[in-house]
Amino acid sequence: MKFSEHWLRTFVNPPLSTRELADALTMGGVEVETIEPVAPPFERVVVGEVLSVDRHPDADRLTVCQVNAGAAPLVIVCGAPNVRPGVRAATALVGARLPAGEIKAAKVRGVESHGMLCSAKELGLSGDAEGVMLLGQDAPAGTDVRVVLDLDDRLLTTKPTPNRGDCLSILGMAREVAAVTGCKLTPVLVKPAMIAIQDRLPVMLEARDACPRYCGRMVRGVNARVATPQWIAERLARSGIHSINPVVDITNYTMLELGQPLHAFDGARLAGGLRVRFARAGEKITLLNAEVLELTSDFLVIADERDPVALAGIMGGMESAVVAATHDVFLESAYFDPDVIAGKSRLLGFGSDSSYRFERGVDFEGTVRALERATQLVLEICGGQAGPITEARAQLPRRRPVTLRLTRVQDVLGIKLGAKQVGSVLRRLGFEFTAAGDKFRVVPPSYRFDIAIEEDLIEEVARIHGYDNIPAAVPAAPAVMLPAPEARRDAAAIRRQLVARDYQEAVTYSFVDREWEADFCANAEPIALANPIASQMSVMRSSLIGSLVDRVAFNANHRQTRVRLFEIGRCFERGGDGNYLQPVRIGGIAYGDALQEQWGVAARNVDFYDVKSDVMALLPTRDARFDAAAHPALHPGKSARISRGGTVIGWIGELHPRWQQKYDLRLAPVLFELDFEHVARGGVPVYNEIPKVPPVRRDLAVILDEAASYEAILEELSSRKPVVVADIWLFDVYRGPAVQKGKKSLAFRVLLQDTHKTLTDAEIDSAVSQLIQVLQKRFDAKLR
Amino acid sequence: MQDLDAIVNEALGLFSGIEDADELERAKARYLGKSGTLTELLKGLGRLPAAERPALGSRINAAKDRLEAALKAQRERIQGCKLAAKLAEEALDVTLPGRGLGTGGLHPVTRTMERIETLFRSLGFEVADGPEIETDYYNFTALNQPENHPARSMHDTFYVDDGKHLLRTHTSPIQIRYMEKHRPPIKIIAPGRVYRVDLDATHSPMFHQVEGLWIDRHITFADLKGVLADFFKRFFEREDLKVRFRPSFFPFTEPSAEIDMSFGDGWLEMGGAGMVHPNVLRNVDIDSEQYRGFAFGLGPDRLTMLRYGVNDLRLFFENDLRFLKQFN
Repeated sequence: MKFSEHWLRTFVNPPLSTRELADALTMGGVEVETIEPVAPPFERVVVGEVLSVDRHPDADRLTVCQVNAGAAPLVIVCGAPNVRPGVRAATALVGARLPAGEIKAAKVRGVESHGMLCSAKELGLSGDAEGVMLLGQDAPAGTDVRVVLDLDDRLLTTKPTPNRGDCLSILGMAREVAAVTGCKLTPVLVKPAMIAIQDRLPVMLEARDACPRYCGRMVRGVNARVATPQWIAERLARSGIHSINPVVDITNYTMLELGQPLHAFDGARLAGGLRVRFARAGEKITLLNAEVLELTSDFLVIADERDPVALAGIMGGMESAVVAATHDVFLESAYFDPDVIAGKSRLLGFGSDSSYRFERGVDFEGTVRALERATQLVLEICGGQAGPITEARAQLPRRRPVTLRLTRVQDVLGIKLGAKQVGSVLRRLGFEFTAAGDKFRVVPPSYRFDIAIEEDLIEEVARIHGYDNIPAAVPAAPAVMLPAPEARRDAAAIRRQLVARDYQEAVTYSFVDREWEADFCANAEPIALANPIASQMSVMRSSLIGSLVDRVAFNANHRQTRVRLFEIGRCFERGGDGNYLQPVRIGGIAYGDALQEQWGVAARNVDFYDVKSDVMALLPTRDARFDAAAHPALHPGKSARISRGGTVIGWIGELHPRWQQKYDLRLAPVLFELDFEHVARGGVPVYNEIPKVPPVRRDLAVILDEAASYEAILEELSSRKPVVVADIWLFDVYRGPAVQKGKKSLAFRVLLQDTHKTLTDAEIDSAVSQLIQVLQKRFDAKLR
Repeated sequence: MQDLDAIVNEALGLFSGIEDADELERAKARYLGKSGTLTELLKGLGRLPAAERPALGSRINAAKDRLEAALKAQRERIQGCKLAAKLAEEALDVTLPGRGLGTGGLHPVTRTMERIETLFRSLGFEVADGPEIETDYYNFTALNQPENHPARSMHDTFYVDDGKHLLRTHTSPIQIRYMEKHRPPIKIIAPGRVYRVDLDATHSPMFHQVEGLWIDRHITFADLKGVLADFFKRFFEREDLKVRFRPSFFPFTEPSAEIDMSFGDGWLEMGGAGMVHPNVLRNVDIDSEQYRGFAFGLGPDRLTMLRYGVNDLRLFFENDLRFLKQFN
């Protein structure tokens, strides 16, 4: 809420500077977000009474004015169209400092001008440059404009938290200031209006829970054509509310002052008595903002005998609005249940100052006071005769006493507060309470909607006592060690491994372009957001691949020739029963040179096997299988499904040339994606006896069909190898002139070992020939 | 035999001038070889009277030993020179860069999150985790924010189009999920990604949060102040840093506080905290008369920006290598 500091100070005036006052409020829990001056600094601008206006002898558009600015009349040349004899205008004297500069005596087309009649824009007060700024006729000539217009006032913008609807008024803020500073509160005095007529409009509460109190009164013979007094218009303006007509302005003013939203109906346009009821489905109303609504039965309305005339607590109807021609005004001051108003502005797509307050809770004991205050102002400003107040009433909210235990205060806050201190805080807050021993029985005031349990009171005690006055403590706790499961690696360890392999970590959005899901995952029905922020962020990703490809393209566009990124993040897939699977995945992508460009190493592009080595390094137990398989994102001949113990744990491959072209990449990146859970899961090492005798090595080169996969061969050899064969690994792959087309030569190194004795040549030869037989039989291999 | 000394001196002079190993061996032969000078002298001993033989013999042997020693020293000298020359030839330009695979780096926000984890682990906090597509119950209701509660408008929520799920607007749902499965004492932090409908230089529709929760019999608001004040000092490694707690409102804590931090001029909002609301404990069946505790939410993105002087939040999600590599 934005409001005038001077207005607030008429209710409570602590001996604090603006800054100190703002700090006190902020540290009390109502944050003051900004302090702004009402006007930019300027000086020597006074009220000037225009005595005469004559044509400038040499300029059609200029006039020469005689101006009484407190001393001898001044001659001032002016170009504004609205200068007439008798008006009072903001007059900058010679020597005045305005936002745009200093005013000097100067000749204007041959006529000496001793000052300037200023527009609001020239004073920096508004954008209004249409003519000079006219002041009230009662403003004494020569008086400083800053004083007349109260321009040394400041605007405070507070941001009360959602539980503090009671702070959305000058009265509420003043109560808060009084509580945090201990200063006395002197609110505006409201006297009941004199009852001059006996007209009553009957009011029926049909929705008694939604509206347990409705007060209204008729004021007849009102002149709604008078101008709103400057002081009201100005205070409204300082709170950002436009002046509409005096009656509406008064309702707004009263709302700002006391926190009670009011509504004024044109009494002549109401048919019969009023009913407060829920709308009938299909009923229509045209609101003040010209919006036509078809209502549903959860909207509370004020209706006359025919139709809804207002959306209760939110906005009045156009039909019954007070306009200049209005003579009879029916003023409404009611209490609507917060639950009935809450959520409606979201449904409507707009809210109002009124709904903002009602949904947070309005003082249900302030209804009459606000009505009297508004009546008082209407009678003063617009004249008319007031009727008696009609009040329809049901069960108002009950304020149940809340027990506050001193021990609990101490336990929760961790400080030794005494009963006296707590009592003093409750008094400053204006809470009704009784104390017995170290227990307080507190009755929350009607304007507070956030005091229902003991903790609510503890918070009040803490904030008024001052959070700053609660010392920071070092908590004591049993020294218990945290578990550190060795078989599980955390994300930090995995990240470091990828970093060590020259990958740079990326963090990309979880919502992606629908097209990425289609292209890279063949996912035609991704999980979509109902309210995406942009179309390229409209669906939840089921894979990290799209994001990684996109970021490679982004960096390549910024002239990066080598990009290696990884990300650990959640992916999202539909599970059964309307739920979602949200596995954490590890994705990586390598684009450009295998190694950073460097001396002494021939440059070459990163390939499948480079990245496969990175992937294998990540898989702690080395039992992962790579099987050729197709993936929508990947080159069909250069992609593999990665599995462990029959479970698919990820994919690796080169980006499909189609996507390389579509996403505008000069080279084909190689990428992988793994399930975090499987990478994280490892084992605890188990020691095996180191053989006492040295191993024997034998090399074995065979020629076989291209189609025979290394993994299949190795698996076959491993499962059929004699016990003395301890290890087999590949050390060369050859294709070339020495090998016929469609064939390849694989060279294996075989490590033979017996744990206890040295192997004989015969044993070695027999073992190797067994391996050869396996290769010949199963893969039609020829020894090279 | 006055010329024995002369022979020795001549030989020593000769040896010391030789720089080549083979030449040295040839010079050796001239004195100690089969028909070398000293060998000949020894052979001539037999022609001398028996009484003179031992004295002369031992003189000749001593001369032999001297020559052998000199030869050995000269051999080593020659070898040393040779090695030195070889080493000089092998010298590298050690200033050339090393070869092979380089190293990458962590995302700056990860650096921060890992540091936060490390600091809180040192106090015995375990790391917890939770889903990012959440239900209304865990994100709001269980956290004491019933439907239509005005506090919900503090969060601009992304909804999934099934009408039932949403993207978590904070990491606080993890509190509920964890407390449903564990009984106090509970001491966790939960870092993660969260989502709100917002995008400008200081807001990203996806950002990070770290949730903290400590539930036990004796935890107080003063402890919360102590732990967080300590954290900020350790995180920024500055003892002169000031931390301020300001009353605020969160439906799931009471009393609630906004945490401000200052390096000297002006306060920066760093996160929210408070004592866990009794309704939240009731929702997970923990007796709030027996147990209480605090919860807090920190903004790792903000912390990262302040720590490294980053001035635009969007850089964290753009993943420009020129930005990311600055943190390696």
